[in-house]
Amino acid sequence: MIGRDLLGIEDLGRDDLERILETARHMQEVGLRDVKRVPTLRGRTIINLFFESSTRTRTSFEIAGKRLSADVINFSAESSSLSKSESILDTARTLDAMAPDAVIVRHKVAGVPKRIADVLDAPVINAGDGAHEHPTQALLDLFTVLQEKGRIDGLTVTIVGDILHSRVARSNVYGFRKLGADVRVVGPPTLLPAGVEALGVKAYSSLREGIEGADVVMALRIQNERLEGAYVPSVREYSAAWGLDRAKLRFAKEDAIVMHPGPINRGVEISHDLADRRPSVILDQVRNGVAVRMAVLYLLTGRAQPAYGD
Amino acid sequence: MQPATGEAASASASGDRVVLDDASIRRALVRISHEILERNEGAGDLYLVAIPNGGVPLARQIAANLREIAGLDLPVGILDTTLYRDDLSRRGERPPLRHTEMPSAVDDRVVVLVDDVASTGRTIRAAMDALMDFGRPRAVQVVALVDRGHRELPIRIDYVGKNIPTAISERVVLRGRGAGLEPPLEVRVEAAGRAES
Amino acid sequence: MGRILIRGGRILDPAASRDEVADVLIEDGKIAAIGAGLDASGTTAIDAAGCWVAPGFVDLHTHLREPGQEYKEDIASGGRSAVAGGFTTVCCMANTHPVNDDPAVTDYILDRARQDSPARVLPIAAATRGLEGRVMTEMSALQKAGAVAFSDDGRTLMDGAVMRRVLEYARMIGAPVSVHAEDRHLVGQGVVNEGAVSTRLGLPGSPAAAETVLVARDLLLAELTGGHLHVAHVSTAGSVDLIRAARERGVHVTAEVTPHHLTLTDEAALGYDTNTKMAPPLRSASDVRACRQGLVDGVLDAIATDHAPHAPHEKDVEFTAAPPGVLGFETAFPVVMDLVRTGEITPLELMRRLSTTPARILRLRSGTLAVGAEADVVVLDPDREWVYDPMKGWSKSHNSPWAGKTMRGRAVATIVAGRLVYDADRGMLVP
Repeated sequence: MIGRDLLGIEDLGRDDLERILETARHMQEVGLRDVKRVPTLRGRTIINLFFESSTRTRTSFEIAGKRLSADVINFSAESSSLSKSESILDTARTLDAMAPDAVIVRHKVAGVPKRIADVLDAPVINAGDGAHEHPTQALLDLFTVLQEKGRIDGLTVTIVGDILHSRVARSNVYGFRKLGADVRVVGPPTLLPAGVEALGVKAYSSLREGIEGADVVMALRIQNERLEGAYVPSVREYSAAWGLDRAKLRFAKEDAIVMHPGPINRGVEISHDLADRRPSVILDQVRNGVAVRMAVLYLLTGRAQPAYGD
Repeated sequence: MQPATGEAASASASGDRVVLDDASIRRALVRISHEILERNEGAGDLYLVAIPNGGVPLARQIAANLREIAGLDLPVGILDTTLYRDDLSRRGERPPLRHTEMPSAVDDRVVVLVDDVASTGRTIRAAMDALMDFGRPRAVQVVALVDRGHRELPIRIDYVGKNIPTAISERVVLRGRGAGLEPPLEVRVEAAGRAES
Repeated sequence: MGRILIRGGRILDPAASRDEVADVLIEDGKIAAIGAGLDASGTTAIDAAGCWVAPGFVDLHTHLREPGQEYKEDIASGGRSAVAGGFTTVCCMANTHPVNDDPAVTDYILDRARQDSPARVLPIAAATRGLEGRVMTEMSALQKAGAVAFSDDGRTLMDGAVMRRVLEYARMIGAPVSVHAEDRHLVGQGVVNEGAVSTRLGLPGSPAAAETVLVARDLLLAELTGGHLHVAHVSTAGSVDLIRAARERGVHVTAEVTPHHLTLTDEAALGYDTNTKMAPPLRSASDVRACRQGLVDGVLDAIATDHAPHAPHEKDVEFTAAPPGVLGFETAFPVVMDLVRTGEITPLELMRRLSTTPARILRLRSGTLAVGAEADVVVLDPDREWVYDPMKGWSKSHNSPWAGKTMRGRAVATIVAGRLVYDADRGMLVP
């Protein structure tokens, strides 16, 4: 069953994924109540340790923690001693001395949540590390697809964009593969990582071939600096070949849904009208993020118990 | 109460025994339905809320009884209490969550909580806390098919199917067919395991 | 200076292709005799039954950090760590502070070494001033001061024209030019080998081609100039192939490989342990196979450790921010013994790669047990099991991917110039 930490989807089994998604289904109901709060984690402390700013993910975890009645403390790089070159592990040890019940870590470098988990007693939840993993994003994507399609098994899921630098892509590849979907990745050859086929996906550079018959098309955010000549000649060339719009979506299944982890570069990776309306489910993804993160917090905080009390 | 038919025959070598069979459960629920009607004259603002999983088939049966007896069409809600349990911090592994579905508002209604087995009172306490998060009921009453004693909180059960004295080490469980607890139902006392709250 | 008799060991002297059980008598700092039943009177006797007796190891590639970064290592601690691993001669790279691009720095290093180091220390001077890749150093003066080779090591010479002139000039004075072949542009931000592992880790990858491309360039430049190119820490199958082919057509090239590139793959980095970060990075299993084969075939002449100490606080950071490099001396022998245990290489040939060939590359007189030779000798227990704890090691730093691992094989006695400087059971025997 699910381990002490949630560092990546790669580490999870099918059972773990199903258990988290099932728990999230019940957590979603809490969000529909007038009083959107249950006392489950009353008196517990959750630290949002964000070395890289991300208002969306941090807020989603904060709401999730608060809906479970935990005290959520935001610890961001700007307001800490990190600028004074304290090592990340020292920071982690300092936080650990405050006896948190869970620590949520986001960092621009892959592997930092793992290194922190190695020294911390509290469970660590990876909220995105470099180009490695963003497990709760994948969980909310799985949850959204499950709601839309009723299943994951047997679906064809196409992820389009900057696969090379995307933790969302990696986590989703693992998640959808483990639950039985066929996964394809599509992007310019300069943005497809080496050996990506080893993850069990088919790689394409032609968008048309890649989304042919897809049930789910997921566009990734591409950072502007990557579009200025280093990896792709220009924004125009990128969006012409890999930007999603209704015309290109015709090659997918008729009932295909469109997803995006946000924030969206409108007109670059996804067209304006496609982002806002069906078959786009982008706002459902955001909503489901809270339920999924509540599920993760609920399941992981059951492990590390203080020495006293029992 | 009549003793459950076939009681002796069902006793197993491990000491497990059936204390209520399907027919006895039906009779108990009919009696409870009448008591609910008596206590709540008219009973038009009743709201049956089942505590899963055992409470769900019982609440549905009570609703059917009330429809038959008094022509009432009462809402039946399902309210999981897991997230309100007071023992969560003491347990390592998280218990699985169960379904919650509250089709109507609870404000100003008389909510009848329906559980299969009452014991320590902690589940009822959790259910009342959960209920308050859905609104402000005019009153809360409690049905338990079986009351096995061992109360740890000042909780009174308003409608009891059967009082069954048990040892704390025994388990009292409602069994049915499949995950949905399809009839025929029965209540068993099982030897091993922890006491249910 | 006393007499030492090493009794009953298996003599492995690659220089004489000797592999037999015999005694070794050391007198006046020299090998005095080798034979059966030598007279033990008046000697310090070392019982080497079950052990190997070989010429002391020669390491073509180390970082001793002095002057300038003594918090990582200094010549005293590095020299102790070296002899504890069986190394009697170590060559230290020029990336000190100040850089060893001036005879005064070379002098300083040699002076410190004479005073502080139980191992012989031979400086490799910078090929260009300040390791900046633009202006050649005064190679003749540096050689006279004691530099044995030239290298900008990790600051790879990216300007082919400068590299050409360095090779030409070094050829004139008969010195090898050691290159850390990694194309800086192809490496980019890469910190692990590019491939399925870098993709799984989500860390920027550096392709094998980043090394191979530069090996190709430098082989062509060595061919053009007739200079002696020494390829440091070969890590790719492509490099092995290119070096093999170049040597067959007569290019003056030698090459070294590290214990880590012979035994670890990029998968060692899967836990983000910064002690698995090196430059060049740990490569794929097929690269490791090719390097092992290259070593067996002699295409890769020497095993060099690239001993690169870094302080804990420098490694205790994000993988991308950590400096590359690992300790090498004390683990080298047990780690490369893997090739003997798999039957890929004989003990005698392994000793050749650790001692005789590296000595020959630098035209040193060590690397042999010939009677009359300087007595740099190591006694090795090939089967001794021990747990490597860098905290208890002799280096000032602790950055090793083998920390906590059970090692098999150990240097049990090290003799430099006829003096027993290290004994595994008694510890360091120098003040």
